[in-house]
Amino acid sequence: MSEYTETLPPIRWADAPKAAYDVVIIGGGGHGLSTAYHLAARHGITSVAVLEADYIASGNTGRNTTIIRANYGIPEAIRFYQHSLELYQGLEDETGADILHQTKGIVWLAHTEMAMRTERARAAMNQACGAQTFMRTPEELKALIPQLDLTGGGRYPVLGGSHHVEGATARHDRVAWAYASGASRRGVDLFQHTVVTGIRRDGDRVTGVETSRGPIAAGAVLSAAGGRVTQVAAMAGVRLPVRTHPLHAFVTNDHAPGFPIILASTELACYVSQTERGQMLIGAEFDSQPSYSRQASFAALRSYSYKITRLLPFLASMRILRQWAGICDISVDFSPIMSATPVDGFYVTTGWGTWGFKAIPAGGEGMAALIATGRPPALIAPFTLERFRRDHVLADAGSAGTR
Amino acid sequence: MLWLDCPRCGPRPLDEYVFGGERRTASSTIDDPFERDLDEVWIFDNPDGETTERWFHAFGCRRWLTVRRDTSIDRVLEVR
Repeated sequence: MSEYTETLPPIRWADAPKAAYDVVIIGGGGHGLSTAYHLAARHGITSVAVLEADYIASGNTGRNTTIIRANYGIPEAIRFYQHSLELYQGLEDETGADILHQTKGIVWLAHTEMAMRTERARAAMNQACGAQTFMRTPEELKALIPQLDLTGGGRYPVLGGSHHVEGATARHDRVAWAYASGASRRGVDLFQHTVVTGIRRDGDRVTGVETSRGPIAAGAVLSAAGGRVTQVAAMAGVRLPVRTHPLHAFVTNDHAPGFPIILASTELACYVSQTERGQMLIGAEFDSQPSYSRQASFAALRSYSYKITRLLPFLASMRILRQWAGICDISVDFSPIMSATPVDGFYVTTGWGTWGFKAIPAGGEGMAALIATGRPPALIAPFTLERFRRDHVLADAGSAGTR
Repeated sequence: MLWLDCPRCGPRPLDEYVFGGERRTASSTIDDPFERDLDEVWIFDNPDGETTERWFHAFGCRRWLTVRRDTSIDRVLEVR
């Protein structure tokens, strides 16, 4: 036993599903577990089952680059993600689990005047909506990040950047375990390796799910599935404005601690931070074509490595240790969908694309309130599926950092 | 998928192409004209399996190709 495994939160695993639950949640990732936790902890609804097809956090929750930030471009998103960022800051106290949360700050570089204007607008909008984002000169950036090449390898000169000082990282699987532990201790049943094969309806009302372990009746069903949400929603007869794209990431071998910040360039669409173990964790843009394949690709490795070594030349001498991919449910307007659906009792939390990890606390809190009360709280109300019908889309592609 | 076999230029790396979107089929079965328009504008079939889509050979012959592809394993089946 190491100190690491000794501090894992205890999880109670249920033996077999009951015949009926008040709420069945499809998907044991961060959002599904967080919703289950908040249903039990905030609303006293403990007749909840979480059904995970693989093991918990095996999807995008365990595959992301663990960045927590609120430097978005539209007021609705900034307020929502800022609330989530603040919930993360108190998550260790709330759940008693060690999630290795660390506030580091995140810098978004600009290499052209156009990008400078975007980042200035972002900083002003963030401050107006309660997020701490400030413009920095190249000299200030060099002081923040001594390893940064301000000439961008002669190709991408750094003209400045926005500094989101509350940007943070946390150990992603530990976030899922923290919520799984808190939920299961309050009576929520968690099932791994349980595949949902159908969703039962009586007219326009959902009545339960069919699973690989038999049928389960349910008063409400939430899809918290990631890349496969189109298939899950189709079982209930709901069509979604979502496409599934792979996103790749990799880590290098261990480096001496001393990279103190999260560095990103939205123009190059790449980002890097140092993990607790000292590995440099690097991600970039998602594949342009939709796919359900989690096959890691050499093309992604080559393109990411090229871009990130323009900014941080010291990375060129490091070795790549591991590479992986996740399949992301990317919504058409690059904002999440937390909503009821035309099918009564069927809810979706989706469109989390490449930006879902940071939203796990607030997304789960909001979805739990929506399911418990039938009304969306103000923070998540704009993210309804109805927004496309009402022509109130929340276009914010420039804040994804992956495109 | 690293290469697309362009009928004019031959096999070329994917970096040369721009993805032009899926060719949707499910929306044509919707009768209500408003609902169909809504579906056409916002919704994706997003199939896990065979799909037909358009690709633009931006850094090659600059023509549009029709590609059949299996999205579950990301493999090209046919290029026209």
